[in-house]
Amino acid sequence: MPEFASVGLKRTKRTKRTKRTKRTKRTKRTIILNIMTSRLSVLKTYKIYIGGQFPRTESGRYYTAVNAKGVHLANMCLCSRKDVRDAISSARGAFGGWSSRSAFNRSQILYRIAEMLEGRKAQFVEELMLQGSSKSAAEQEVNLAIDRLIYYSGWCDKYQQIFSSVNPVASSHFNFSALEPVGVVTVVAPQSSSLIGLISLMAPVIAGGNTCVIIASETKPLCSVTFAEVLNSSDLPGGVVNILTGKVSELLPHLSNHMDVNAICFCESDAQQQKMVRENAALNVKRVIIHDDKKWNDDKSQSPYLISDFQEVKTTWHPIENIGGAKAGY
Amino acid sequence: MAKTSTLRLKFDSTRTLAPAPESKSIAKIAERYELFINGKFEKPASKKYFNTVNPATEEVLSKVAAANAADVDKVVMAARNAYNKVWGKMPGKERAKYIFRIARLIQERAREFAVIETLDGGKPIRESRDFDVPTAANHFFYYAGWADKLEYAFPNRNPQPLGVAGQIIPWNFPLLMAAWKIAPALACGNTVVLKPAETTPLTALKLAELIQEADLPPGVVNIITGAGDTGAALVNHPGINKVAFTGSTEVGKIIQKAVAGTGKKLTLELGGKAANIIFDDAPLDQAVEGVINGIFFNQGHVCCAGSRLLVQESVYKQVLQKLKDRLETLIVGDPMDKNTDIGAINSRQQLEVINKYIKIGQQEGAEMFQSSAVIPKKGFYCRPTLFTNVAQSNRIAQEEIFGPVLSIQTFRTEDEAIEKANNTPFGLSAGVWTDKGSKIFNMTSKLKAGVVWANTYNKFDPVSPFGGFKESGFGREGGLHGLGAYLKV
Repeated sequence: MPEFASVGLKRTKRTKRTKRTKRTKRTKRTIILNIMTSRLSVLKTYKIYIGGQFPRTESGRYYTAVNAKGVHLANMCLCSRKDVRDAISSARGAFGGWSSRSAFNRSQILYRIAEMLEGRKAQFVEELMLQGSSKSAAEQEVNLAIDRLIYYSGWCDKYQQIFSSVNPVASSHFNFSALEPVGVVTVVAPQSSSLIGLISLMAPVIAGGNTCVIIASETKPLCSVTFAEVLNSSDLPGGVVNILTGKVSELLPHLSNHMDVNAICFCESDAQQQKMVRENAALNVKRVIIHDDKKWNDDKSQSPYLISDFQEVKTTWHPIENIGGAKAGY
Repeated sequence: MAKTSTLRLKFDSTRTLAPAPESKSIAKIAERYELFINGKFEKPASKKYFNTVNPATEEVLSKVAAANAADVDKVVMAARNAYNKVWGKMPGKERAKYIFRIARLIQERAREFAVIETLDGGKPIRESRDFDVPTAANHFFYYAGWADKLEYAFPNRNPQPLGVAGQIIPWNFPLLMAAWKIAPALACGNTVVLKPAETTPLTALKLAELIQEADLPPGVVNIITGAGDTGAALVNHPGINKVAFTGSTEVGKIIQKAVAGTGKKLTLELGGKAANIIFDDAPLDQAVEGVINGIFFNQGHVCCAGSRLLVQESVYKQVLQKLKDRLETLIVGDPMDKNTDIGAINSRQQLEVINKYIKIGQQEGAEMFQSSAVIPKKGFYCRPTLFTNVAQSNRIAQEEIFGPVLSIQTFRTEDEAIEKANNTPFGLSAGVWTDKGSKIFNMTSKLKAGVVWANTYNKFDPVSPFGGFKESGFGREGGLHGLGAYLKV
């Protein structure tokens, strides 16, 4: 781009900045001065997503997201136990409304999320590249993320037909078993992936009528916040998905021992952490789903069983009287 | 008990509703429509066209091509080619996205489709706007999602498409029936040739335009217009693998015979003579509303219409009075008026059929009651009609009238209700009205019908299978079971 020149500039407006690490390594994306038009680009503040709002962490803390070469990308919220609490409380508040939406309506909203993501593809490709993906890998990841949302959008009004049953009990009763969402789910997104991992886990959880709190990838957090902006413009009620950034090691105990959480989904292979999750879950008998090193970049990783993982089976008995019809053998 | 004293709802009022017509301006109807073959509109080899008429005014809306055997040949070739080269090979997730596009485009153009549906078919705009068009869009949405999930519907069977489907649909729900046919066929990987009914071709042709807009590969969906001979040429064409027909039992039998021995897969959705059964413990006002909706929805042009009312003797008088009172309040007239309850009869021919049955009913000794509604002078209209004193053997209790005519009979015991309800060659649907759950399940177990509505009537949803027992046809449309009609499993 011969007509452009990139110049690293110092920020002058920010007063509260305490650290100035790697200031000189700012990339041409983060601050671009277009000499031809003398326009300084505006940087995005990466915040968290709770109850349909974009607050900063209540703790006031931050950490610096860097790429593989150590280049500063953005300051992320370093969320605390209280942010987890607030997010769980909004997820619980949203559960009644979301779980009673019709399956068709949930399907339409997931489809809408896919439409919004498709429209902002370029932004995600750019963020993925900043975090170290090649252009083709980034494009493939975003395309796959959109298709995965469509895939689970399709399941919203179908998984019930796969997993439910009418049970031929021996007595004169109409007996059927149907699925119901388990409730509030905390999700630790796969740390190795910025976008596809988060979407692969979020979509089946909300397709099934649950609400969730997701901890984004600690090292690749950019897409999670931008994706929250997609959710926010997709008719998804606030609080159905809450997205936090921060350290998994710090937040995991709170995600797994909170008494108002019904299930937890954990995607790291660290045996110590897995054991802690399972132990903490026992406090209120949470359902625990652990995915070790699953390759989310593959259609094989998607299935309706990821939906049924976060469902309860409810069986209803109803008497059938047995009168007449003896001659009605037509 | 309030039920024994006949509590009358006060419907009479000095208030009359001002006209509330929907605008026609949104409907862009061309002067002439060609055949939609291989993604393009092509002139028919027959060089012949026929008129499609607004049954509410008898005005000609447009001219539509009449496809002959040569056109059918050409269209089946196009569908075969698209199946072999593109659609049959396309991954499910990509097929899905095309079908989702169709669904979205119908939603975007919903009002336009609703207006054209009402102009061409005579149904009240309220129904085409609130039922036909949204349900059609939702049907595409539902089946779009199945395209990459078929192995979950038929585990261990590696389900495969059939090939080219020939589909013939009736005039009572033109766009919705097109959606019921096209959506599952495409989701399963088949290509289609659809023939709408000759009196209501316009929304299907509009759908063809929309399919162009969705950029569907040419030949995947083809739409040809014509009368019965066009349909016969399609059914008998050796190049198709599947016939799906919705229409009368009479034609259904001819098709079943024609397809015999050809190896073509067949599904039939045929006529009905549904019993709507009111027990004495039912909430009667709610039941009466349900009965009214059951028989007068879409002028009674509904294969699953609740055209036989069976009322328990102990509440017969109250129910009859309530029905008559309610009948008087129904607004009959201009289908484009948003307050209209009963619009125009679909065609002159159908009006003649209905009038014939009204005569037969009187000749057979049944007592007739008609609403005193004033009907427009021009156009095809029929007053909502009740018959009492109907015997089980009367033709109006046995044959499908397909109009706003309800035959009322009584029963004393549950056994008698089941016996009478099942005493018909049809078996498409039934309705039960009672407050007792265990009685509902007794009835649903014993009624020989593909759909049983309890304390509701005429409910449809893309996820819910629909289809008949006995001479009402075989195969299901809607839901997971609807996929089976378009797959080798």
